[in-house]
Amino acid sequence: MGKKVALTGNEAAAHAMRQINPDVIAAFPITPSTPIPQAVAQFIADGEMDTELVTVESEHSAMSACIGAAAAGARVMTATSANGYALMWEMLYIASGMRLPIVMAVAARALSAPLNIHGDHSDIMGGRDTGWIQLISENSQEAYDNLIQAIKIAENKDVMTPALAAFDGFNISHAIEIWEMEDDAAVKEFIGDYEPLFPLLNTDEPITHGAWAPPDWYFEHKMSQLKGLLNAKDVVEKVGKEFGEAFGREYGLYEAYKLDDADFVIVAAGSVCGTTKDVVDSLRDNGIKAGLLKIRLFRPFPFKEIADALQSAKAIAILDRVSPAGAQGGPLFSEIRSALYDTPTRAPIINYTYGLGGRDTQPKHINSVYETLKKIVETGKVEKQFDCLNLRGAWG
Amino acid sequence: MALLNDLAKKKEGLVSGHRLCPGCTHSVIARQVFAAAETDKYDIVIAAATGCFEVSTGLYPYTSWNVPWIHTAFENAASTIAGVETAYRALKKKGKINKDIRFIAFASDGGTYDIGLQALSGAIERGHQFLYICNDNNAYQNTGNQRSSATPFGGTTTTSPNGKVKFGKEQPRKDIVSVLEGHHMEYIAQASPSNWRDLMNKVKKALDVNGPTYINVIEPCTTGWGFPPNKAIEIAQLAVDTCVWPLYEVIKGKVVINYKPQKKLPVVEYLKPQRRFAHLFKKGNEYLIEEFQKQVDAHWEWLLKREECGISYFED
Ligand SMILES: Cc1ncc(C[n+]2csc(CCOP(=O)(O)OP(=O)(O)O)c2C)c(N)n1
Ligand code: SF4
Repeated sequence: MGKKVALTGNEAAAHAMRQINPDVIAAFPITPSTPIPQAVAQFIADGEMDTELVTVESEHSAMSACIGAAAAGARVMTATSANGYALMWEMLYIASGMRLPIVMAVAARALSAPLNIHGDHSDIMGGRDTGWIQLISENSQEAYDNLIQAIKIAENKDVMTPALAAFDGFNISHAIEIWEMEDDAAVKEFIGDYEPLFPLLNTDEPITHGAWAPPDWYFEHKMSQLKGLLNAKDVVEKVGKEFGEAFGREYGLYEAYKLDDADFVIVAAGSVCGTTKDVVDSLRDNGIKAGLLKIRLFRPFPFKEIADALQSAKAIAILDRVSPAGAQGGPLFSEIRSALYDTPTRAPIINYTYGLGGRDTQPKHINSVYETLKKIVETGKVEKQFDCLNLRGAWG
Repeated sequence: MALLNDLAKKKEGLVSGHRLCPGCTHSVIARQVFAAAETDKYDIVIAAATGCFEVSTGLYPYTSWNVPWIHTAFENAASTIAGVETAYRALKKKGKINKDIRFIAFASDGGTYDIGLQALSGAIERGHQFLYICNDNNAYQNTGNQRSSATPFGGTTTTSPNGKVKFGKEQPRKDIVSVLEGHHMEYIAQASPSNWRDLMNKVKKALDVNGPTYINVIEPCTTGWGFPPNKAIEIAQLAVDTCVWPLYEVIKGKVVINYKPQKKLPVVEYLKPQRRFAHLFKKGNEYLIEEFQKQVDAHWEWLLKREECGISYFED
């Protein structure tokens, strides 16, 4: 039986790593994910896990060493944030292109400049097209659960694709919450043993890893890689069910919170979903049909399932915790609006940027979003398609 | 050391069919490395940095490698092999592997002296057991002969050309061996494929060290340096005989010079057959050759003095 613990999101990730006990972890410190490799080092020093920890000199080398170790045939993990994730960027493509099931915890954070160490999704959204599976967690429980599931998803033979489990910097990484930690043995049994496909260290069957492919082959490689990534969708569902059977907490591609009959819907990812659920509850108490669609799997993006789930909505607001950077809305907004284009009902849809660089998002801000959605339905008019939450002064 | 006849029968790690330029010494060096490795005692796994050697031997769907080989990027042969070596230790500890495997990283000067220096320094400092071989062809040859920090003083490349007011590279080359000495590793050496027995000795020694080791190998490039394809080994020999490329070891910090030319040739002998130095022989540029000679002499004298004083940073 598992036990209830009161620990931070980083500690949740570190305990998941301890229980997974991978062969190799290569990591470099960066706020707010620093406590993860620190905790891992302590677990190793105390004999509670026997992973080889490579204390590399940079995140570029962290991901390079992870790739080397994974190609060698080891089960491999790492953790990072923000500029560290950005420094890995080149190697993130190489990890997925080489189909190596590396698993990474990301305490998501703002990117410089200006320098800011606090939570937002600039890092993971910047790397959304690197070919990695991306799971986003709402709280410490999910950070822990998602990291464990990520191992099983990434290593699935139809997938063989690296995966990251992200959780918001500080809001989750440094906040103490009560969550359920499962038994070491149960986690071990859930993830099972790892059988690498073409290990470099099998010297009896020498293999060339990381060849270069000219125009007459590169395309085929990338499309076969894409298949692995797309296969992850079904595997995420399957593993989410198995996780539910094993531990009583079932996961799907997304979470529908009072969504079935909701007129006014917010779509969001990460810790803001907790706040939103509270607001939904109080609106429901007042007879207002509010709902939330919480994104869990962001890559591969389950566009059909999410579009279907939004069919009953009369107005939708998408919350993006990242600057749209000159695009027509944030990344989540673009995905969802694009997904809805092919469906019969296309409710009015608006986009908010919130929480950049750790900016607080309170119930009153979420309330204002629902207010706006209500107004849109009442008047049939969208006044502002893009806006910001809790920004000093008006935007635009 | 084994007889030539026996060496010729050894398993080749790199086989024919690669796409190196005719006369390129990358393959010559690799074959000498494999001939030196005691593959009856241990297996070899290779990591490569992006560059001429990598692109010409690892082209999908072909491969020239008869041993496990991995390439990931340009600047990280050291961190990639560090990961492989760590996986090896982890899996050995868990009883999943029980073979003896040695690890070699191949990179060229760009991937070593410049963009790869950080990863190399980090991997050495952490003490991974691997041999890092830098095949130094003095420039970024794979992208078409641009200057690197290993490009010699006065040498022309496409980004340090000779022109009306410039004369090729204006700075002396980086002394990478000295840079690496600060890591206090057990074994560092400089070798040349022209002196193959010496090179093989060094590889054998390096592979037997329980920790990181480094060998800097001169890698004459017919295309970038401008000499006929049948002259590569001769050029390498001239580098050695002019002391442009001294053959030496730094064993636990102690310098051992492996070859002292009976008659140290003037550097012009090395410069003359190479197109990249042709402008140095134009009237009015004599001072550049003098400066080149001065730099080479100073380094050689310094090495001789260090050998003479015989100081080591390790307790023997
Ligand atoms: C991050 C990055 N920057 C630049 C390049 C382009 N590039 C590929 S190989 C190379 C030069 C290789 O030079 P060197 O290491 O000296 O090897 P050589 O080809 O000369 O043997 C460069 C600049 C790259 N692959 N990656
Ligand atoms: S350009 Fe030079 S180093 Fe590169 S393959 Fe040709 S000869 Fe060899």
